[in-house]
Amino acid sequence: MSTQKPILQMKQIHKRFPGVKALSNVNLRLFPGEVHALMGENGAGKSTLIKVLTGVYSIDEGSVEMEEAPISVQSPLESQAAGISTVYQEVNLCPNLTVAENIFIGREPRKFGRILWKEMNKRAQEILSERLNLQIDVTEPLYMYSVAVQQLVAIARALNISAKVLILDEPTSSLDKNEVQQLFRIMEKLKQDGLAILFVTHFLDQMYEISDRVTILRNGEFVGEYMAKDLPRLDLVLKMIGKELNLLEELPSLAEEYKDSLGEELVKADGLGRKGAIEPFDLSIHKGEVVGLAGLLGSGRTEAARLFFGADKPDSGKLIFSGRSEGVHTPREAIGRRIAFCSENRKTEGIIGDLTVRENIILALQAKQGVFRTISRKQQEEYADEYIRMLNINPPSPDHLIKNLSGGNQQKVLLARWLLTSPQLFILDEPTRGIDIGAKAEIQKLVLSLSRQGMSFLFISSELEEVLRVSGRIAILRDRHKVKEISGKDMSQHQIMQAIAGG
Amino acid sequence: MGKLYKHHLFWPLCILAALLLFNLFYSPDFFSITMHDGHLYGSLIDILNFGAPLILVAIGMTLVVATKGIDLSVGSIVAISGALACLTISKGTDQNALGLIVISILLAVGLSVLLGAWNGLLVSVAGIQPIIATLILMVAGRGIAQLVTGGQIITVSSSKYSYIGSGALATLPFSIFVVVLMLIVALLLTRKTSLGLFIESVGCNPTASLMAGIRANWVILSVYVFCGVCAGIAGLILSSNVSSADGNNAGLWYELDAILAVVIGGTSLNGGRFYLTGTVIGALIIQTLTTTIYMIGVPPEITLVVKSFVVLAVCLIQSDSFRAAIFYRWKTRHYPGEKESIRHVS
Repeated sequence: MSTQKPILQMKQIHKRFPGVKALSNVNLRLFPGEVHALMGENGAGKSTLIKVLTGVYSIDEGSVEMEEAPISVQSPLESQAAGISTVYQEVNLCPNLTVAENIFIGREPRKFGRILWKEMNKRAQEILSERLNLQIDVTEPLYMYSVAVQQLVAIARALNISAKVLILDEPTSSLDKNEVQQLFRIMEKLKQDGLAILFVTHFLDQMYEISDRVTILRNGEFVGEYMAKDLPRLDLVLKMIGKELNLLEELPSLAEEYKDSLGEELVKADGLGRKGAIEPFDLSIHKGEVVGLAGLLGSGRTEAARLFFGADKPDSGKLIFSGRSEGVHTPREAIGRRIAFCSENRKTEGIIGDLTVRENIILALQAKQGVFRTISRKQQEEYADEYIRMLNINPPSPDHLIKNLSGGNQQKVLLARWLLTSPQLFILDEPTRGIDIGAKAEIQKLVLSLSRQGMSFLFISSELEEVLRVSGRIAILRDRHKVKEISGKDMSQHQIMQAIAGG
Repeated sequence: MGKLYKHHLFWPLCILAALLLFNLFYSPDFFSITMHDGHLYGSLIDILNFGAPLILVAIGMTLVVATKGIDLSVGSIVAISGALACLTISKGTDQNALGLIVISILLAVGLSVLLGAWNGLLVSVAGIQPIIATLILMVAGRGIAQLVTGGQIITVSSSKYSYIGSGALATLPFSIFVVVLMLIVALLLTRKTSLGLFIESVGCNPTASLMAGIRANWVILSVYVFCGVCAGIAGLILSSNVSSADGNNAGLWYELDAILAVVIGGTSLNGGRFYLTGTVIGALIIQTLTTTIYMIGVPPEITLVVKSFVVLAVCLIQSDSFRAAIFYRWKTRHYPGEKESIRHVS
């Protein structure tokens, strides 16, 4: 394999943004018939490198060669023409068009300028069933299907172009286990076909399962290129983080301590439910407790959390605060009761993209205080500086627009926004999704230390290890039902898996 | 220099300067200002005086546009407000009585609040798209104005009322002071309270704003009410300036000029960041242009064509991609994503 020539080669790529050095001296080689993983922490430059490669950004210095001939890609369209297909992290499709239209948009089969709808639907069906093993009605609008299916449609769209290089930017972050396996089977198949696949991921297991070669970036710098099988896990983590780190190991002991000492009951859901979202359930949360919600994608985790925050209205049951029954009808009311909610949809329900980090941080507190009790500019800056330091937000400047930050740092800004309102109950819905190990550990640690100071958490995550690590008690959901609640010594991956599987 | 070039007021100011420069060469007496009966006269003063209603309407429009909305009904509100004020005065026995004037002004402004609230409720509570919601009042409003005036042009002879639109304070037209006052009110409301932050937040991402505890509906309602009030006051100035109310033609096409002023001023129709000072300059550009066209004697039948060509040029100059395409074709290439991020960082 080593004698093989790379199909695509990026040499000594440099990229600067005003005030930020995004990439310096980065190399990347992609070989046909290989899955090449691109790894690094948040802000390491993975997204920037991909955007440079696909012509979204220009290159300051360095060269890109395709089959040994230098190419210069100046727009996503040109990169497609050059044989580079990309599936971005956030699915960029049109939810109100049909599946077939999404796959063929811009290059519909035509005859005399007329679109051949039947032909298009037939070919879409073929692509999906033959190459992706997906049997769905392609004439339904895309929004009818789950995120996982949408992801596959996005891949189908990329495949349809005669691609030599396929870039998958965190394709697995919103998929469950089976769907990931399905995706990997597809990737194996594409590999056999001689495609070079660039696979960006945060999951170490997945990286080792599927990748042949791995390139590691750190802070915009090239760390190295390795064969995956020759790189031990620990080395990989060390190279990504660049320092000794055993955060993840020391955490469980922290979780043990407080499990026995429960505070008074803070809030209790009594038969709370909403048709089509989550069947009525009971759940009480005590002061200083971390309650985990485990379950598969679509099991009703997020839906349950939204009822606590008043983001959706329940059609049965009620919330009881310190023994008194009082509903929460809007997020505003929930915030008034000192509940905070960090949504899993960071982009649509979290950040205000065109505002600065500072404005995003103070937003919830300001909303709570109302229009006229304005937080002074000086105070705003103090808050922003305090949380930027406390949560290690990078770049450490309060005046950057939040949409220019990496995902993990956006998440930290949102945490800061809610912490500033000093909540009693903090609902975290997938707070570590799409975030690197370092930031993940930081967030987990933060949850534990805040809970010891008396803050309660409702913690939702697809990663069982994570739920186990931080939670004192875990409620398990299956098919929109709360099926089990476990705590203390009963808590184990095995227990949870059994409950989820319905054993 | 790079900073200056990227400032949001750079291009609007350049365009305004260019217009004035054109006048400097074409009609030198454009800049002459004379004193007459304690009033200053001259083209520049005219621009400020006649531009006052447009600036007012555009200030209100800016906040609406910042919430990703649009208000097409401002022209009709201008007409209704003027009609109601003139009707009230014309019904009075002594048209110069101060009490009557105050009542008529309060009535007109009060009705404007109601009309603005109507728009705001349709958009926020009923969830109708702003362009449709305000189109209703744009069409119906002309009818309401007709109803108020009884299909006639109501004339009033009240020196006190006409002071609003054509009187002078410290040698300057009184309307300028009204505009400055409203501009200060708008600036205070948006920059000294957190209303401005909430407006930008709601305009940028309504769902996330709601989740952060912002009462998005209140924010939206309040901007439409404010826009209605601005239009109402503009209606007072306009009708007072000519001492009459014309339900058909008062404030005709104002909504379009106002939207144009907002956009020239740098506020995006996509909502989010807004620039009140930019809007004022945008409105001044439009008014200067109108005055210039009259001054240089463009035949009346083609003034609109000339105006639209200049507006087209203005919009093209302001467009980043157009400038890039024309001036830097050989230097910079087309990287849409990057341009976006650089523009926001600086």
